[in-house]
Amino acid sequence: MTEIQGKFNPESALLLDVRDLTIQYVTDNGTVHAVENLNLQLGRGETLGVVGETGAGKTTTALGIMRLIPSPPGVVRAGEILFEGEDLLKKSEPEMRAIRGGKIAMIFQDPMTSLNPVMTVDRQIAEMISLHRSVSDSEALTLAGDMLELVGIKRERMHDYPHQFSGGMKQRVVIAIALACDPGLLIADEPTTALDVTIQAQVLELMKKLKQQFNASMILITHDLGIVADICDHVAIMYAGRVVEYAEKRALYSRPLHPYTIGLFNSVPDLDEDREELAVIPGLMPDPMDLPTGCTFHPRCTFAAEECSKKKPDVLEVEPGHFVACPIRAGLGLGKPATGGERK
Amino acid sequence: MNNAIAAADRGYTGRKRRGTLAQVLFRLRKSPLAMFGLIFIVCLTFVAIFADVLAPYPYQKQNLVHSFETPTKQFLLGTDEFGRDILSRLIYGARISLQVGIIAVGIALIVGGMLGAVAGYYGGWTDNAIMRVMDVLLSIPQTLLAIAIAAALGPGLFNLMIAVGISAVPNYARIVRGSVLSIREMEFVEAARAVGSSDLRIILKHIIPNSMAPIIVQSTLGVASAILNAAGLSFIGLGIQPPYPEWGAMLSGGRQYIRDYAHLTLYPGLAIMLTILALNFLGDGLRDALDPKLKR
Repeated sequence: MTEIQGKFNPESALLLDVRDLTIQYVTDNGTVHAVENLNLQLGRGETLGVVGETGAGKTTTALGIMRLIPSPPGVVRAGEILFEGEDLLKKSEPEMRAIRGGKIAMIFQDPMTSLNPVMTVDRQIAEMISLHRSVSDSEALTLAGDMLELVGIKRERMHDYPHQFSGGMKQRVVIAIALACDPGLLIADEPTTALDVTIQAQVLELMKKLKQQFNASMILITHDLGIVADICDHVAIMYAGRVVEYAEKRALYSRPLHPYTIGLFNSVPDLDEDREELAVIPGLMPDPMDLPTGCTFHPRCTFAAEECSKKKPDVLEVEPGHFVACPIRAGLGLGKPATGGERK
Repeated sequence: MNNAIAAADRGYTGRKRRGTLAQVLFRLRKSPLAMFGLIFIVCLTFVAIFADVLAPYPYQKQNLVHSFETPTKQFLLGTDEFGRDILSRLIYGARISLQVGIIAVGIALIVGGMLGAVAGYYGGWTDNAIMRVMDVLLSIPQTLLAIAIAAALGPGLFNLMIAVGISAVPNYARIVRGSVLSIREMEFVEAARAVGSSDLRIILKHIIPNSMAPIIVQSTLGVASAILNAAGLSFIGLGIQPPYPEWGAMLSGGRQYIRDYAHLTLYPGLAIMLTILALNFLGDGLRDALDPKLKR
């Protein structure tokens, strides 16, 4: 399970290295296995896309990195989160407060609700700045105005309240807050899900540009493979709390290996193909309180063999930097991509 | 980022709007009832401060020849059983009643608000511990509780405020806890945590400002009930001591003569009613004026 560590991209110093992270929600009705033995690596300046269905544990992973898992019921059972070489799980709460926002910033899913409705936007940006830098209030407000201009909002609007902005502009404000203290890592949790398509494109373009300008790394959580293709360098596919496939973007798109990844690709409509119906993955996400034995995907998997229900699949490196948690598909050899799995 | 700092050095500010207070006043002007409330309260405060100048007679001056007089030119609102001028006593009483009402609510709001906010924000056993104590206090009738506290502390204006204030704490704790409970689940609170805000900062800067509406309404109503409560305590001798005039004390003092000389209770009652009405109008208007979501 842990052989991913250190093998990938050894020459670039890793900014974030999540090892064997296991997060559970302990409730009266049972234990929810939200994240199990999760491994992720992120180099400086890189963008990692985390893709998976609702309930795959994407947001829990993000909150886990921020140490914001609501507790109770959330418990981090095991693992390490090495950020700049230091284990975030061992940090004290005041140390974490300095890291949150200062070094790791988060963009939330819904800009409509992630801004305080009774605070003007400049004050919300300034709050971030004054928490992490020693500047006076008026300097912080000036810097807040600069950040707004940077994300393409006129300075005159800085004293407005969030409800006076449109959805896309609110998300720009959220981005401005996230980048205000020049964080090394930006975690974007489905940043465009709540926006309509044209605005999505604008916001993504902006994030891409600013990420480069600030030289930040980014974890982009999404369920949109198109977005991943657009801005990510690496992709981790999550299913039921585990990373089932992790690869460089090109490798993943040209040769998806895990049956779940293939299923995801098949369910994306293709302009060039004439199809009456989209392929779907049969079945539903398993109940995270009662995960299937062995490989969690085996009940829905067309490739499943008998051993799949017995043994948890090892993560195998099929080519440098391409990991997949499916011995059967990994063993199929390189020349046989699954039907419909071919992508440019 | 360097650009940003450079701009800060140039001292650039884009501010050109009016301040928050001016904005609130501007919006308050649109509601005539709220303006009535505001003007009434401002006038009353003015009267209370300058009572010495405004009152035609000293509040304790007895004039037994003129006892129980109905309003005349000499005594605009009549006199009480000792021939004291009711108008003068009302004017001096405004001092005490306003002070008691506002300071008692202030005490209740600060103590109850903090307890409620902490209980609602942290939840779990903190919540249980605080709220069960509040429930115990709530199970005792507020007046009885105030009597118990006032009896323990002894009579006097300051003790009266404390007694009335503490007896109202559970109400505020419940209300604040309720709104904190709903607001702490909002995403912007999580976002505030994600930028590195401490719990105290989140409570004070994000949660409390978002739960102002019920707090303001409860507080303005609370001033009213605090005045009445203080009156009750004064009536049984635990609050303001005679001859010092307090509206509630005047009201209860005149009660025994209500059949023959209604003006003894009428004017203090009117004073209390108008003050409370004005406070409620003002509170209602303030709640609307403070809500940035309303169109200007």
